[in-house]
Amino acid sequence: MKDNSKFRLDIWGTLTLCTIAVYLLFLIYPMAHLMQQSVYDSQTGQFTMANFVKFFSKSYYFDTLLNSFKVSLAATVLSIAIGTPLAYLFSVFKIRGKSVLNILIVVASMSAPFIGAYSWILLLGRSGVITAFFRKLGILLPDIYGFGGIVLVMSLQLFPLVFLYARGALKNIDNSLIEAANNLSCSGIKCFFKVVVPLIMPTLLAAGLLVFMRSFADFGTPMLIGEGYRTFPVVLYTEFINEVGGNDGFAAAIAIIAIVITTVVFLAQKYVSNRNSFALNALHPIEEREPRGGRKVLVYLFSYLVVAIAILPQVYVTYTSFKKTSGKIFIRGYSLGSYESAFSKLGRSIQNTIIIPMLSLVAIILLAVLIAYLVVRRRNALTSTVDILSMIPYIVPGTVLGIALLTGFNQKPLMLSGTMLIMVIALIIRRLPYTIRSSVAILQQIPISIEEAAISLGASKMKVFFRVTVPMMAAGIVSGAILSWVTMISELSTAIILYTGRTKTLTVAVYTEVVRGNYGVAAALSSILTLLTVVSLLAFNKVNGGKDFSL
Amino acid sequence: MSKILIQNAVKKYGNNTVIPDLNIEIKNGELFTLLGPSGCGKTTLLRMIAGFNSIEGGDIYFNDTRINDIDPSRRNIGMVFQNYAIFPHMTVRDNVAFGLKNRKMEKEKTQELTEKYLQLMQIAQYAERMPNQLSGGQQQRIALARALVISPDVLLMDEPLSNLDAKLRLEMRSVIRHTQKNVGITTVYVTHDQEEAMAISDTIAVMKDGVIQHVGAPKEIYQRPKNVFVATFIGRTNILPARAERGTLIFPSGYRVPLECLNALEDQEVQCSVRPEEFVISKQGDEGIQGVVKEYTYLGLNTHYAVETESGLTVEIVEESSLEDELKPGQNVLLQVKKHKINVFDKEGGCNLVRSEAYERQ
Repeated sequence: MKDNSKFRLDIWGTLTLCTIAVYLLFLIYPMAHLMQQSVYDSQTGQFTMANFVKFFSKSYYFDTLLNSFKVSLAATVLSIAIGTPLAYLFSVFKIRGKSVLNILIVVASMSAPFIGAYSWILLLGRSGVITAFFRKLGILLPDIYGFGGIVLVMSLQLFPLVFLYARGALKNIDNSLIEAANNLSCSGIKCFFKVVVPLIMPTLLAAGLLVFMRSFADFGTPMLIGEGYRTFPVVLYTEFINEVGGNDGFAAAIAIIAIVITTVVFLAQKYVSNRNSFALNALHPIEEREPRGGRKVLVYLFSYLVVAIAILPQVYVTYTSFKKTSGKIFIRGYSLGSYESAFSKLGRSIQNTIIIPMLSLVAIILLAVLIAYLVVRRRNALTSTVDILSMIPYIVPGTVLGIALLTGFNQKPLMLSGTMLIMVIALIIRRLPYTIRSSVAILQQIPISIEEAAISLGASKMKVFFRVTVPMMAAGIVSGAILSWVTMISELSTAIILYTGRTKTLTVAVYTEVVRGNYGVAAALSSILTLLTVVSLLAFNKVNGGKDFSL
Repeated sequence: MSKILIQNAVKKYGNNTVIPDLNIEIKNGELFTLLGPSGCGKTTLLRMIAGFNSIEGGDIYFNDTRINDIDPSRRNIGMVFQNYAIFPHMTVRDNVAFGLKNRKMEKEKTQELTEKYLQLMQIAQYAERMPNQLSGGQQQRIALARALVISPDVLLMDEPLSNLDAKLRLEMRSVIRHTQKNVGITTVYVTHDQEEAMAISDTIAVMKDGVIQHVGAPKEIYQRPKNVFVATFIGRTNILPARAERGTLIFPSGYRVPLECLNALEDQEVQCSVRPEEFVISKQGDEGIQGVVKEYTYLGLNTHYAVETESGLTVEIVEESSLEDELKPGQNVLLQVKKHKINVFDKEGGCNLVRSEAYERQ
């Protein structure tokens, strides 16, 4: 075999250099610019630590980080505590309606988080339906605004991630491991904690990291349901919006501090999971059996209840979208009025919600396949650099990336702010790491000897790539792409920073309507968004041939 | 320590009956092998004993205790799985100690026993390592130590050697054999490899389609198989059609072999099983089956021949290699059989006519 680990300026070498250039321009430059802004006084042009001093000396700001940390940690722990047992029950028991539950769980996880927050306010808020119902009975429900509400919404939103990850990992546990444990007098709940959980621990850690990052960066939920409880993305957003045209330095400093924290969490997770890793390979996956007796009741109760609560916000929002409104208030009776005014206000947001993610998706697929190929098949110092660069967005919260891009590209010659292009670029950078990871995983499954066979039969490098490698990766890539698509159409944190009147997306529209109190229109818009998500997921199921979701 | 008694066992998957009606008695302390082609129900039966498969009918006893309805975790069985099922998240020592800890044994006693079995299986030097750093053979030793340390009544092994390479397989075969004899534990062993079964077992049960075809010591199964299936499954053999008339076996070529054990039988068409080493080749003479050498393979100790008989059948013959030149292809030969070794079956192949009632009583 030829030595592929040395850099050569062939077609792949050129592509490597191009990819690095793209990352330098659209990721490293804006981030560096942001860092520079955080330490330079824009009036005097002098180096200053004033922004950081301001942040750490005022508990008003500093506490937001602590709050974010607490909220994310609580949401992560809760998500794992809900998602893991649910995945286990789904793997070991036959449960009627399991496939429907599966889809509902995915739908619940794929909606925009802030829609959940907004719906929980309608249900459990001060004048929420459930709150009102219990008040009539003389029972006062606890306040859901603040810490509790944020954690509730985020956990319900993000436990499906843990669930999906854990389901995948459980498939790799050989049934004989469980049988061996049973055989050695360890069964039931004891077996779950002593054998199953340790076996899927690496996966749970990975899922935990993902949940932590998502909840740490989530902007919409704390903004809507947090009220006095301020988390960092909210402060970042308000500081940035307030100070546009003035001093961006302080917002930049907050952004840098946030990145430092996510980096520390990221590295800590890597450290722990590296010490905990082992390969699992299932000859005979765990068999599903029929639950019996009292256990059956508990299994059904738990799975259906969890899924029902998770899907409740979506269902309720959709329900309210058909209610009659008078001004901003819901009144008795049903009508399509909300949809009418929604469509009249939509402008270009539906087109934008389709065009922007679509453009991003094409670029993401191309780049992900190329980068995966470089990283797996042409490993050298430069391609490793590409690998590392592509992972950076994983630790950069969406709001931060939005701000970095906006401040980096708001002057000539790189005047991109306000264009659709900048939103496309933001989505590409944010979503690329996930698609690269899954493409790398797919490619690693394909033995290199197949490509060598093609070369020995006289095909050129490019021909081998497009005619042999890409078709073999295709199924995996397409299903990954649909999931990327679903996450992109419900993206808010970056879009809220970058959008203008012309590039407004559905999520931004829902958000602005919610903030304005037009709950009817917001409900109608988010129902359209949900419909779009469900249709995409059904397409995914079709393409994937009924196999399970993986992220 | 237990003997195992299986009476009228039935296994069904839906409407599909895998084991129709099975009876076995396994003696205390013996190594009992279930041998058969894949899909014959041998692993199913083993898992019924272990409690991982439900039992649709019949009873299984350890000594006098009926175990049908006892939970797998309470049957006190040691089990070695095909892929070892070593817990990858625990050290070797923790794997071995796992069963004892679940039995709430005292700490000192647990440590002592764990150490004893680590020593016995010669893996004490790896005790603190993680299993994925160890070779297949070493993992196999962990699996054995883990199964034995709980002093089970019965040890079950499901194709334990099938994941090892040829050389390790031979080594682990004798490790298993010696350990089993040392500990003296009743063992049920499943394999599809007949050579492995011969080498390791006290008793072999040959299974086909969920039915036990023959239970016996390895030697008996090889020398006096109960039916044609067992004769062809264990070792290699040639099946030749013939006729039994008044105590004489007559081959189509007219070659006559008088056999006392056929004296009492009616005249009938039979199938005759002649193993490759049970032929004698001669270049000239007046009695025997006429044939032509088609092929020979020199293997050092032995030489293998393929000979086509005049009735068009190709038979396999093994002879000890001699210093003279081998028989060349095209050579005409006469084949005789070693009459005390061959087996004669009825036309359906279901009954061995050489095994008389007197033989069964031995």
